[in-house]
Amino acid sequence: MNIALIIIFGTIAVSAGVGIYAGRRLKMNLENWTVAGRRFGIVIIWLLMAGEIYTTFTFLGASGWTYSKGAPAYYILVYGALAYTLSFFILPAVWKVGKRYGLHTQPDYFIKRYDSRSLGVFVALLGVFCIIPYLQLQLTGLGFIVEVASNGAISSNAAILIAFVLTCVFVYTSGLRGAAWVAIIKDVMMIAAVGVVGVGVPLIYFGSFEKMFDVIITKAPHHLVFPGSSPDMGVVWVMSTALLTGMGFYMWPHVFASAFSAKSHRVIKRNAIIMPFYQIPILLIFMVGFSAFLVLPGLENGDLAFLELVNKTYPAWFMGFVGAAGAVTAMVPSAILVLFASTLISKNVYQTAFNPRAKEETVMRLSRIMVLVITTFALIFAFFFPNELVPLLILGYDGACQLFPGVVLGLFWKRVSKKGVYSGLIAGIAVVLGLILSGNDPFLGINAGFAGLIVNGIITLSVSLGTEPAPALA
Amino acid sequence: MQKGTKLALVLAAIPFITMVLALPLVNRIHPVILGFPFLLFWILVWVLLTPAVLGLAYLCEKKFNEPEEGEDE
Repeated sequence: MNIALIIIFGTIAVSAGVGIYAGRRLKMNLENWTVAGRRFGIVIIWLLMAGEIYTTFTFLGASGWTYSKGAPAYYILVYGALAYTLSFFILPAVWKVGKRYGLHTQPDYFIKRYDSRSLGVFVALLGVFCIIPYLQLQLTGLGFIVEVASNGAISSNAAILIAFVLTCVFVYTSGLRGAAWVAIIKDVMMIAAVGVVGVGVPLIYFGSFEKMFDVIITKAPHHLVFPGSSPDMGVVWVMSTALLTGMGFYMWPHVFASAFSAKSHRVIKRNAIIMPFYQIPILLIFMVGFSAFLVLPGLENGDLAFLELVNKTYPAWFMGFVGAAGAVTAMVPSAILVLFASTLISKNVYQTAFNPRAKEETVMRLSRIMVLVITTFALIFAFFFPNELVPLLILGYDGACQLFPGVVLGLFWKRVSKKGVYSGLIAGIAVVLGLILSGNDPFLGINAGFAGLIVNGIITLSVSLGTEPAPALA
Repeated sequence: MQKGTKLALVLAAIPFITMVLALPLVNRIHPVILGFPFLLFWILVWVLLTPAVLGLAYLCEKKFNEPEEGEDE
């Protein structure tokens, strides 16, 4: 048995154990399951949100983008800072509405604010549609990392099966609290792995990161400014994408709802102030991507840059550590995604649309059953159609962002109407679908999702002015 | 809108101006500062200054806004 194997499985097992332990002696009702009883303080909220932000996509994607595209990857650094700045104003207001009306999910907010069950169901379905490809990406990424890190000793499918079944178990038992506790392990391991590699690799190959940049400036200066090595991603693309993803970030149903789990709006506000520090590891991941650009040119799959470079540079046990960190990095967001996809279906599709009088215990039980159903479906997709959902991912991302006008205007503008939000959402989604399916993303250099968001915003505003405002919240 | 909120919003515009609107002006390699190509250096500086900007916004709200209900946890 090789050492990498022991480290990877040990970590997965310990994480699952911690996740299950987190929910002990806790009476599981919807309040505890989805928003952890609204008791999280600033440290755990920070870890939880970091747990949601740092996914396998960050790990592999940020280094992969730096490797194959260059400077356009910087948008990842920018959009986080924009998202946290917006969250400073938006999330405390969301939290207050959530607290006052006992909301658990994002569609709950739309139902309450716009006094419309159908809008809630629509938002819930959009949310599930956006979450599924994202979940799938985590699973595929996990399989990928563990397979490479164990040098093929664990097949991708075996890794996915074991890690995801255990994830499903702790979501089932402990809900959000389980995910938050495992996020602690994940954050520590991830930062350690990224720190060692991000600082180490430029030192080992170039003597310092300054010298690494010197080499790139001499050999391939275009890689360091927009559009980098990707002609489609000019400065306008970077600007529109950073804005879109910055505005959209907290509109993901699972990230939005994590605001409800804080114990006060002050916690959320202070958290927004310190969140940008979490961007520092991204810089280190960029360093790995840039190093790989010089050290390992010509990789067929740029997303492999991080792992390939670690493999080339470090001993097997450290590769195992990176694999383990990668595995937990997939498990935490997966847990949260499964949790919220399940709750959206049971609470905001089943209960809202079909059975408004369903008891809370029934909804809770159905949520847990949905965890099993979604887990099964996600596994089937990951095993048999691993690449089919990837194109949906961009749609999912652009789709979630379209909720921005409905959320923000709902909080801060008295004139906003249900019809306005409905028309804006549908128009925005139509624009995104039209542009992407017709091969027009980017459109005139602008990210298609951002084009959709502009149309969405204009229509929401103008239709709202011509229609009856949604009644103000009491 | 209360004065503190207004000030906070003005401060919050800073990251958007520096890291989005200003990008076409800073899309360059030179000067290289502390080893970083200028574009990356610029973005990094503003990412790291964002907590300071938000911290200041927090203080403005605290100082100039009416205390909210349930202020003390």
